[in-house]
Formats: sequence, structure tokens, C-alpha cells
Amino acid sequence: MNIVTCVKQVPDTETLIKVKPDGSGIDEAGIKWVMNPYDEFGVEEALKLKEKFGGDVTIVSVGPARALETIRTALAMGADKGIHINDPALEGADAYNIAAALAAAIKGIPYDIIFCGQRAIDDDSGQIGSVLAEFLGIPQVTFVTKLDVEGASIKVVRPIEGAQLLIESSLPCVVTAQKGLNEPRYASLPGIMKAKKKPVDVKDAAGLGITVTPKAKIAKTLPPPARPPGKIICGEEPAEKARELAKLLREEAKVI
Amino acid sequence: MEESKMAKGVWIVAEQRYGAYRKISFELVSAARKLADQLGEEVGAILLGSGIEGIAGELGKYGADKVYVADNALFEPYTTDAHAAAIAKLVKEQNPSILLLGASAQGKDLSSRLVGKLATGMATDCVDLKIADGKLLSVRPMYAGKCNGEVVVSSFPQMASLRPNVFPAVENPKTAEVVKFDPGLDASQLKTKVLEVQKDTSGKVDLTEANIIVSGGRGMKGPENYVIIEELADVLGATVGASRAAVDAGWRPQKDQVGQTGKVVSPNLYIACGISGAIQHLAGMGSSKYIVAINKDPDAPIFARADYGIVDDLFKIVPELTKEVKKLLA
Repeated sequence: MNIVTCVKQVPDTETLIKVKPDGSGIDEAGIKWVMNPYDEFGVEEALKLKEKFGGDVTIVSVGPARALETIRTALAMGADKGIHINDPALEGADAYNIAAALAAAIKGIPYDIIFCGQRAIDDDSGQIGSVLAEFLGIPQVTFVTKLDVEGASIKVVRPIEGAQLLIESSLPCVVTAQKGLNEPRYASLPGIMKAKKKPVDVKDAAGLGITVTPKAKIAKTLPPPARPPGKIICGEEPAEKARELAKLLREEAKVI
Repeated sequence: MEESKMAKGVWIVAEQRYGAYRKISFELVSAARKLADQLGEEVGAILLGSGIEGIAGELGKYGADKVYVADNALFEPYTTDAHAAAIAKLVKEQNPSILLLGASAQGKDLSSRLVGKLATGMATDCVDLKIADGKLLSVRPMYAGKCNGEVVVSSFPQMASLRPNVFPAVENPKTAEVVKFDPGLDASQLKTKVLEVQKDTSGKVDLTEANIIVSGGRGMKGPENYVIIEELADVLGATVGASRAAVDAGWRPQKDQVGQTGKVVSPNLYIACGISGAIQHLAGMGSSKYIVAINKDPDAPIFARADYGIVDDLFKIVPELTKEVKKLLA
């Protein structure tokens, strides 16, 4: 079973995000870069399937030079090889163009399942997996929390509002990983040593035979809207404070 | 630019399950109505399902001018393949300028597939929509709400998905013309199949659709103490949420997690009990209309985001609050 996992390098969840004064984006100084947490679930699931069925796990990432660290992390976890798509024209590009680049890179390799995170925690856009599936002409199952391979198809669990679905999909297909799918492993020291020698192919847009044609752009990045200052409710006894809060929620906020 | 001259109409994709609309459908029509009035264009809605023709007109109540309906057994339950193919076919024929979907479980799955099929761009999980120079300007939180992006889509249709519970559903009655269309479906196109629907039997509204959420964090000290949170939630008709700390400790199920790696929620009222307000949690509930924080640590970052705060022991406050709310609502 051959598997491809797409990964993205993103700021760590605890990173403070500073917006550039001109609104042209975020200030990248001092950011700690990590693998997108939802992509880690995809890497882990790929490795589990490889352990069970054999085959190759290929990691594909679009990003600047630093994204190579994230590919190496996945290789250290146990993936076999990497493809690093690095082209300035793809920096901050929309989902259509990123997915087109991924599709062009993946078309040349054998695959049964392609994993993506359900979204990347930087732009929170959550489109790549589905657009990629469309470009490759294969089905998608998104927000997956459980996966079983059964012959030439997979059965997955997908939570929706108020229910859980059990879905069957033919292979090949794109699976987007949701938290709950598994517990990603840490890279071992020997794994880290081995990863240094694993092959990583570097490609640019021209090398993939694609032309970047922007469909959407972030015209402006702004700090989040400020919330009016809150009210701290004082009082002698818990009962008094609780009474005051209930009254404010009812009469001032009108939410209960 | 020729394409922009031709593209006309503000469209939405309605969401229903077994003949019952999801609330997001009305929020979408209302948001579309507002944009269409500014542009002087019509609101079109797409409704797919099985045995749903009878409910098509209801979208007129919120301002839809036209409802495009395809009734086919293959549409229920929802699959990406069936819905995306039918919608892409209709949209290519009719060429709307704007296409809005919900950022719900179904809407997220469907809208992103349509981005590929329609070769366009989309702003995901938007909290505000404006028209600027005749184009859609979509405002969406990024980096889990640590900043906002204003997105402009340069191709057509200009797509956006809307965060549930943020855009008000406003009645604005129109007599919606119901137009049946042929989805051109064939069962062999469907590569996925829903084998089983396991319904949540708690009777609680999902966190992403809840009007009120009562959430407990590390300060709850253990799973057994959530009973006081549940009691408060019961009197408020609220859904119970949890922080990552509580979920990672195994006190609450994964589906209850609110935050950057959990659910993004926008209730009218969010009551955070024993939650310090880590940036990862604030990311998931920052767009709530009113936030209440109950925490004994006066320096907890949650207080900086709260509309109302009580610095005290939650084990004393929460049961009292339950009593007071009960009295008020009696």
C-alpha cells in the first residue's frame, strides 16, 4: 500500500501572532515553526498502514526553504521519502494553486491513500484535501477520526453535528485527518539520524509543469477586533455574585 | 473581466437533513439578501435532497428570490460526489457572481470540493461579508482568531463559507420561485457511501450550533465534577464544552473540545468555568457574543476576553448560579 501524506509547516499553537503595521501579513520574526498538528495525524496514520500492509510513505510539502525541516521531521518519524515544492510564486497562494502543485507532484508516484490534515492552523482554510482530490479525480473523506482498510476500499468514521457517520470509500482516495484519529509518535534518535539520508526531491512550479494563476488573495491582514472591557462582579458571598451575574445576563446582555 | 460582466446573482447552498433545514440555511439566505440588495441582484438558493420539494418555498421567508431544487434519492444522506457534481453543473450553467455555503461539517466538505470543480477561490469560515467596489470582501479569522484576513476572490463565482451562528437569520419575506433542475446524476459517479448514521442520543444541540455553552477546564479537577456544569447547562438549555486540558486528561470526549484543535464555536453566551484561557482555547470561542469567566485566579487570561467575570471558586459559584438561573427562568 503506497501512501502520500501532505504536510505544512505552521507557527506553533502557542505563538503570538503579530500583524505587520501595513496589513500585508504577519511578522514572521521569532516564530517557532512546527508541523501542522492535523498533518501529524496524517503522517502517523500513514506509518501505521505501512507497518500493517508494507509499501512506501511519501511526504509532500509546499513551502519555503524552512519547510524542509518539517519534511525531515516526518521522515524521522518513519516516512520513506519527501518532495519539497519550493517556489516564491506559491508563497501565500490560494488553495486552488497549492492543490494544483501538490496534484502535479503526486501524479507521478503510485498512491492508494493520500492524507492531508483537515486544515492547517495558520490560514485555517481547510480546502486543500478536497481540491487535491478533485484534481486527481478521486473521492474524498474529510474530518476522519477512524480508518480501516478492507480490501480495495476503506471504512472511516466522520463526526458531523449531532451524529457520527460510517462511510465507505473506494481507493485511491484523499482522507483528511481530524483530531482523534491517532496519537502521533515522536521521532526517535535513530529515526532522526536515518532521516538525514532519506531522499528529498526539490521541485518548483516550472519543474512541475504548472503556472500559478491566483484565484483569491488576502487583501489585508488585521488584528482581531477589540472586545469592550469586561465587568468583574464583586460581592461578599458566592450566592451574591451568582445572583448579580444571573441578573446581568438576563437584563443587560439579554442572553438568558 | 468579461466573466464578471456575465456573472450575476448572490447564491447560497441550503443544508437540510431528511427534509428538515439546518439553521445555517436561513443564516445563509439572510446574509445573501443583504449583499444582493447592495448589488441590486437576486438571491438564488440551491436545495438538494430526497422528497424535499415541499420545503423549497420556505427559503423565501428569509429573502430568496429563486430556489433551484433537485429531488433525487441519491442526495440523501449527503455525499460529496452527488452534491458537488449537481451543484457544479447548475452553477456553471447559471453563472452566479457569489456562492455562499455554511462552514458546517457538510458545508466544509462540499464547498472545498466545489473550489476545485469551479476552478475558483473561497474564503473559509467567514464572520463578516461586505461589498467593496462591486466585489465581495470576506472577513475571516486566521491563526485561530489571532488575526483577521480580508479576502478578495478574483475568479467567479466568488465563494465564501460562513461560520454558523454568526450571521443572523432575518425574516424578509419574498415569494420564492421554485425552479426544478436536472442534476444529471448517475449512481456510478458515487465513489463513497454512507453505511451507517449513528445519532447522538444526548438530545443536546451540537456545540457549533448551540446558543449557550457551559465549558469546564482544568479547574474542574476531575471528570466526576462535571455534574455541576451539566446541571447549569440543563437549566440554561445549554451544551457542555471542555478545554483541551480536560479532553487530554480523558475527563471529557473529544467531540466536546473547544479550541484551535477542537471546535470553533460562536454561541450567544459562553460560560468558561475553571478555564485559564490559553491562546489555543480563546481561538475556539473568541467570536462568542457574550463571554463569562469563572476562575479563582484573578490573573487568568480568560478575564481579558470576558464580558463578565467572577474571581472565585467555581465549585461555590456554579451551583449558586444554577439556583439563581432557575429562579429567574421559573
